[in-house]
Amino acid sequence: MAELSPFVEHLLRRAGFGASEAERERFSRYTYPIAVSVLTNFNPDETNVDDKINTPGYVQIPGNRQFLPNQVLADARNRWLFRMVHSPAPLQEKMALIWHHHFATAHSKIAGTIGNPDAVRLMAAKPSEDSTNQRGQIELFREYALGNFHELLVEVAKDPAMLYWLDGYLNRRGSPQENFGRELMELFTIGVDHHTESDVYAAARVFTGWNLVQTGTRGTSNANYAFRYNANNHDTDAKEFSFPIYRDGSRRIQPRSAAAGMQDGLDLISALATHPETARRMARRLWTWFVSETETPDDAFVDQISNVYLANDTNMKPVIRAVLFSKPFTDPARFHQRYGWPVEFVVRSLKEVGYSGFNVDTAATPMLNMGQQLFEPPDVNGWDLGPGWFSTGGMLARLNFASALATNQRAALRDAARAHNQTPETLLEFAIGRLSIPEIDGEERNALLDYIRAGGAWTGSESQLLTKTAGLFHLLTGSGIYQFV
Amino acid sequence: MKFTRREFIRDGVAAFTVGFAAPAFLSDLARAQGATGRSLVVLYLSGGNDALSMLVPYQDAAYHTRRPTQAVPAINVIQIGADRSGVVLGFHPRLVGLKQMFDAGHVRLIQRSGYPQSSRSHFTGTDIWNTASPASPTGSGWLGRYLDTLPSPVDPLAGWATVREVPRALIGRTVSVPAINNPAAYQFNSPNGIGAEQGFAREAMTRISSHLPTEKPHLSFVNATTQAALATLDRVGSVVNYQPSTGVVYPNNNALAQALRAVAGAMFRGLGTKVFWVQTGGYDTHASQNVNSANLGYANLMGTLDTALTAFYTDLKNQGLLQNTMIVVFSEFGRRISENVSGGTDHGAAGLMMTIGGSVQGGIHGTAANLQPGNPTLENNGGDVTWETDFRSVYASVIDSWLGADSVSILGGNFRNSGLTIV
Repeated sequence: MAELSPFVEHLLRRAGFGASEAERERFSRYTYPIAVSVLTNFNPDETNVDDKINTPGYVQIPGNRQFLPNQVLADARNRWLFRMVHSPAPLQEKMALIWHHHFATAHSKIAGTIGNPDAVRLMAAKPSEDSTNQRGQIELFREYALGNFHELLVEVAKDPAMLYWLDGYLNRRGSPQENFGRELMELFTIGVDHHTESDVYAAARVFTGWNLVQTGTRGTSNANYAFRYNANNHDTDAKEFSFPIYRDGSRRIQPRSAAAGMQDGLDLISALATHPETARRMARRLWTWFVSETETPDDAFVDQISNVYLANDTNMKPVIRAVLFSKPFTDPARFHQRYGWPVEFVVRSLKEVGYSGFNVDTAATPMLNMGQQLFEPPDVNGWDLGPGWFSTGGMLARLNFASALATNQRAALRDAARAHNQTPETLLEFAIGRLSIPEIDGEERNALLDYIRAGGAWTGSESQLLTKTAGLFHLLTGSGIYQFV
Repeated sequence: MKFTRREFIRDGVAAFTVGFAAPAFLSDLARAQGATGRSLVVLYLSGGNDALSMLVPYQDAAYHTRRPTQAVPAINVIQIGADRSGVVLGFHPRLVGLKQMFDAGHVRLIQRSGYPQSSRSHFTGTDIWNTASPASPTGSGWLGRYLDTLPSPVDPLAGWATVREVPRALIGRTVSVPAINNPAAYQFNSPNGIGAEQGFAREAMTRISSHLPTEKPHLSFVNATTQAALATLDRVGSVVNYQPSTGVVYPNNNALAQALRAVAGAMFRGLGTKVFWVQTGGYDTHASQNVNSANLGYANLMGTLDTALTAFYTDLKNQGLLQNTMIVVFSEFGRRISENVSGGTDHGAAGLMMTIGGSVQGGIHGTAANLQPGNPTLENNGGDVTWETDFRSVYASVIDSWLGADSVSILGGNFRNSGLTIV
């Protein structure tokens, strides 16, 4: 098996989802800086792996029904997991997941308003495969994975899923909807401590008329949902904020005609995207996502990353590169220290234990019990990262997913382990080497070796290999250390 | 048998780490600690409950003018009488079961509960209610701090969150509460069937997770979580086949009812759990609130709530557990008085708390707001209802008179209110 430097392994766990055998082979040729370049220099138009779905040798999707990822939520989830396992650009999928967490939008509320399959289309439709070229929100996030954050904010404000999720579709003068304006400031940009209640009311008025238009028949393949600025619904009065909106320091959006009123929202988004507190909050959030969710962000890191963000006109690629090259990120003391998200745990297990013949639909219920369903964040604040994942029920769900995967991969694991059947120790070394975890010693090592020997002296027979290799991968991927990335 | 415990707190999250203890030992522990038999069930209505639609001031003219489409007509409310200021009140029409509990003297309604400068943020607001600390809503929760006061070692099932993530309210400094949303899935599988190999695997996992290095608190936390799971599996499993009392149905399509069924099962089996956390969502009714609908929006929320509470209440009554149970209902804020153009209501301030149980002193506490703009019972330019009863005084009463602990130390201040007697 190809050797990876611990730094590149770390990079692939955090900026990707771990390393499959093929990725180990590919990345073993790269130094750390080249590996960062490979991960960050992808063309979103050239990372399609969807044509591999339903191909032998890849993770499987359910075979007993038609695969409809633009219409059926379970299939949308399966397609995304498939991409995470197989994409040549894992960072693209990682960033899409991060934006999904940052702009956390839940399918269930949209379905409650417009029903399925339309709600699934608004979340996940791939426009080139959709009957009306509807672009699902996740495709927006994949497109803007390392794109310009200011532009992404504008797109999000006009995204049909978001317009339903935070009720922007109903926002009109006279009785504005506060939901989007509030979360735009509190969660998407400057944060709760840097705006006032009256800013919320003003922001709600700014976005009056940012509505949408539905054409075709709801629930049918000719339905389409698109942003529309509705001048009749716009509040044309001035809006005052507690922070500067314009470069001259002015905090006031002057009255505009209804026809020109969409500019209010663009002005506010521009002010928020380039606000120094947005830059600092982005840096702190990147610290949480990439470096550590348990340590307070390092001041020098926040200063550096927020400067990169502002100096590069909110382009995320240089920002992410700066994060991945930063001292705190590359510090070996932080390897295996960040709590793995359920999605990370599942995809990494698939990559490192094996996936051939594994039906990815099997992961749906375990992920629900681990606390992370794709397209269904608990609320607009996203998931509660870190120790919050590790309730007893969530931990059992991980253990039992590890068991299900090892069960499915029994024969393949036996075959792979055959050359290492000499002693319990050689079998254990093989398993540890295949999973990107540090060496195991002391009581844990003894427990694992005793497990291999339990039930009869070790002979390395085919039946022992079949039983104990699967059992070992279950225990290792269910162990504490494997829950960290 | 080894029983060690280490404490750590980092970023407001704590772990209690038990060395492996045999389930039988923990059962004994639970029986001893649960001897008083009292349970607290905290029910969180997530999203900001519209108190004005739940407990309706149906003769307040401003209520009707400010809610042209989202007011419950006086003819439809379930009248429950007047508060001490003479405002007549009624339950939402779907709260038929709650009315029966109220008539039995088992419901106390605490009007306008909240706190000064109420947060309109779901997240800050929820953290404030969970920590009982408006000034600094981080770190441990009020229920976690209560559990921390129990004599150690504390049974891992002393608290039980019926949700997937333990809410901050139950985060303690030394006690770790399990999140058990589905007792049936609370089991340990093995890739080699259910025979001897499964036993070997469980034994190995127990040993692996007993590794609690002090220099790696987060690894210790995860390992301790695994241990707590393995040590409580069998007791939690005993709840799965709980048979509710005759005639009581917890509907399968009502997640709140299913959670309360597990709570009733845990109480019936005498697992020793002192604090249960239950929650139900959908209360963030910004649009299409549908207070008068047959089965949509807020009316549906009230129907779901009433069905679940009624099943639970009746079951506990039949099982002889009602006297020893107190349910506390809260939400992170009330909602804006005037409806918005989307037929919904935005984030507001003070809300409604309820305590329910066989030992609860029923009745209506406090005074309703006068919804006429400019009235001093309002804030935010007349937009929202302002608080009258500090929610921490309700917590204080629960801690002091129900849980038998010291509210001053747990809440970090004296919030006792002699005018508020809930038991």
